[in-house]
Amino acid sequence: MVDQLFPKVGIAMAEVLERVGYSIDFPENQTCCGQPAFNSGYRAEARTVARHFLDTFEGCERIVAPSGSCTAMVTHHFAELFEKEPETLARVHALEKRVWEFATFLTDVAGVEDVGARFPQVVTFHDGCHALRELGIRAAPRRLLANVRGLELREMLPAEECCGFGGTFAVKFAELSGAMARTKIEAILQTGAGTVVSLDPSCLMQIQGALSRAGSPVRTMHLAEVLASR
Amino acid sequence: MSVEFDQKIHDTLADANLQLAIYGSTARLKQGRIDRVGELPDYQELRTQANAIKKHTIENLDYYLEEFERNVEARGGKVVYCKDATEVADFVLGLAKEKDAHLIVKSKSMTTEEVDLNERLEHHGLESVETDLGEYILQLAHEKPYHIVAPALHKTRYDVADIFTERLHVARETVIEKQTAIARAVLREKFLAADIGISGANFLVADSGAVAIIENEGNARLTTSAPKVHITVAGIEKVIPRAQDLATFLKLLARSATGQLLSVYASFLAGPRRAGEVDGPDEFYVVLLDNGRTKLLPDRAKRQSLYCIRCGACLNTCPVYRKIGGHSFPWVYSGPIGAILTPQFMGVAHEPALPFASSLCGACGEVCPVKIDIPKILLELRSDVRKSEAREKQNRLEKLAFRGFAWLVTHPALYEMAGRIAASMAPSEDGGWISRVPPLMNLPPVKAWLSQRDLPPPPRKSFRELWRQR
Amino acid sequence: MSRENILHRIRTALGRSAGQAVAEPPAARILVPEVDMETRIASMRTRIEALAGKTFRAASQEEARSIVAAELEGKTAVASNAPYLAECGIGELAGVRCGITDREELREVCAAADVGITSADYALADTGTLVILASPAEARLVSLLPPAHIAVVPRERILTGLDELFAVVPHPAEATSSMVLITGPSRTADIEQFLVRGVHGPGAISVVIVG
Repeated sequence: MVDQLFPKVGIAMAEVLERVGYSIDFPENQTCCGQPAFNSGYRAEARTVARHFLDTFEGCERIVAPSGSCTAMVTHHFAELFEKEPETLARVHALEKRVWEFATFLTDVAGVEDVGARFPQVVTFHDGCHALRELGIRAAPRRLLANVRGLELREMLPAEECCGFGGTFAVKFAELSGAMARTKIEAILQTGAGTVVSLDPSCLMQIQGALSRAGSPVRTMHLAEVLASR
Repeated sequence: MSVEFDQKIHDTLADANLQLAIYGSTARLKQGRIDRVGELPDYQELRTQANAIKKHTIENLDYYLEEFERNVEARGGKVVYCKDATEVADFVLGLAKEKDAHLIVKSKSMTTEEVDLNERLEHHGLESVETDLGEYILQLAHEKPYHIVAPALHKTRYDVADIFTERLHVARETVIEKQTAIARAVLREKFLAADIGISGANFLVADSGAVAIIENEGNARLTTSAPKVHITVAGIEKVIPRAQDLATFLKLLARSATGQLLSVYASFLAGPRRAGEVDGPDEFYVVLLDNGRTKLLPDRAKRQSLYCIRCGACLNTCPVYRKIGGHSFPWVYSGPIGAILTPQFMGVAHEPALPFASSLCGACGEVCPVKIDIPKILLELRSDVRKSEAREKQNRLEKLAFRGFAWLVTHPALYEMAGRIAASMAPSEDGGWISRVPPLMNLPPVKAWLSQRDLPPPPRKSFRELWRQR
Repeated sequence: MSRENILHRIRTALGRSAGQAVAEPPAARILVPEVDMETRIASMRTRIEALAGKTFRAASQEEARSIVAAELEGKTAVASNAPYLAECGIGELAGVRCGITDREELREVCAAADVGITSADYALADTGTLVILASPAEARLVSLLPPAHIAVVPRERILTGLDELFAVVPHPAEATSSMVLITGPSRTADIEQFLVRGVHGPGAISVVIVG
């Protein structure tokens, strides 16, 4: 999704990681983690895609993803997919430990909370469900945002409610997904923030799509883009 | 999805008043839970304990049912196993005939809703009156419950006024306290005249042969204490090993359900009244209902569905339930728990779209006091739906599409090409988000997306193209 | 009937055989805190009052009796046969019927009375709960039918909470056909989540703690 729709997010993530001292490799064979197929109940097809992911990334030391949902797919659901294939399962377990969501990588692996960013705006943060509940990520992005010069963070209420994307749910239950998005943007607009920040491009697409349809000037940005700002 | 499901969802979303009622009521219940469990320093340990007790019990269900049965009978009660709705009705009707009973009072029981007990009894000329206020209102209105714990969540005081005026022939009354007083007066007479009281049970306590019933109104106490005959109808999964386990479950149940520390009344009832006790029933029956529960036992992951203590927390926190409400669901159980129970009881073909009516946000699993991994079960059920479709040769186009997707993304060069083609076809505006696309691109998913929100403009260069240029 | 059928289905699904033993269940979680009596009493009162109940502290049984008399102020009442109530002389108050042992008579009296008076076997401090076991001394309907309920409880019976209750009474079924935990007045929020008290059970609760 980043590759095709939000390339700036990928570039921003690379810039920040380089700034912190890492050298970046982008294995060109990568395409997808298979989550859409898995969530739609097509496990055989998901396995096909997951095997491709394993092949692509197996040799890598550390894999960082600008997405809570993709990371959770690999670290929490690949094992489920290959329950009955011990050899592949072993490869999955070996890989799982080397995959991180971007914000967590910075705080927990790089041990960094200040990446020298500057973004003098009022922002609010949207906790994507996979990052929040599957990966337990709540503090890391906030600690990173706290060190962005000039940035004011306002929390939205109610907090921690799903934006309504849910993968194919967004189109299969479009009206319902839209209603959930509208409830989310009401909460956003209440904060008065001009920017919504999140860890997940899928949430950002849903939220920005709803904001745009509502004619709101509020925009969304991935955390990487905020951290890359100077 | 079925036309019916789609229509019900649409109608609920379109009803602005209903949206406010559902969202507002569940907001209060949701916040109540958050506040009360926040006050429990050992909340997570209690959840772990509750899960462990349920897991152990369900894995040894036959043993605990037999222990329960022995102890009920030791106290002078009787246990009746019923495999389905018909057997429950037959038992109650048979007993009513034996006792020459005509009037039955009932306290709240989702299990009896499951088997349409009232309808069956009424069909045979018995009067069976719901005594929980919300259930009573719905009985008068001929409706099913809207929520596991707050059955009349969707009714305003004006709805209630209409129902009472029409069905009870009283003067129109819109003040809630007075409406409650009307119901209280009518039902008091019923309690005192009833021949049989039928209740549900929150827990069946194996080591005691007792049923535990949690409530706030007092109608369950009256139902189980005033008439001479008391029948409990409960699913076989309600059993717990010991009375002492109630210390764990009672702490979790009210806090999770309504944000109370404890419900107003918790009754622990073991058999008919003992010698010397002044009141209480002379006869005590417990109906143990299967009705498909045994179908959920074989699968290790799915059998967790039977741990449910019917607190309703998952409903209150579910962003989907809070928009589509209880009546959009095809069966008596709604919300996330309904979404996993229904396909398992009724078969996935009953409503194949049901496991997909979720964004998999995981809030339900997070609040479940017995730690049922609801999202995991939803994912398993989705896979079951696809397997069923494959067998029945249904929905082949979608399956083909996903096969195609899997093929494409395992051929990176082709994937990249496809991306460039799609991007070139999309309308290039000033970088603003897109509200409409040319007909060629307006495939069903695109159309569905655009019905609710805009699409991002495809970037001039994909990430991999930008990366190569660095 | 269906008994064998259902048990068989269960066993087949679980891979168990008839009469097969079970491993020990997880140990029951019973953690009784140390809380001094004055703190317990204070907690009991705070909790009940938070639920719109009334509480009183009586230094003696005589004082308890006066409090009850004042609470009754000319209303009709039915009292249970609890020995503790007799000790406090509750049955001698004007307008109070007690000593009823016939079920039909009890029901009639309870249905007509303004107030039901009971003692309690235990009380739970952390939730403001009364625990009443049905017995020849305590009938069920006394704390249920009349629209108001007064409980007179000696302080020694106040436990810390649920855990202590089930530590002290691990097998309630041995003692009674009915143990009820009462936490505040009867209530409902079934209509528009609007709170109404006194739906079927008593809408007014008063607890007199003695000692």
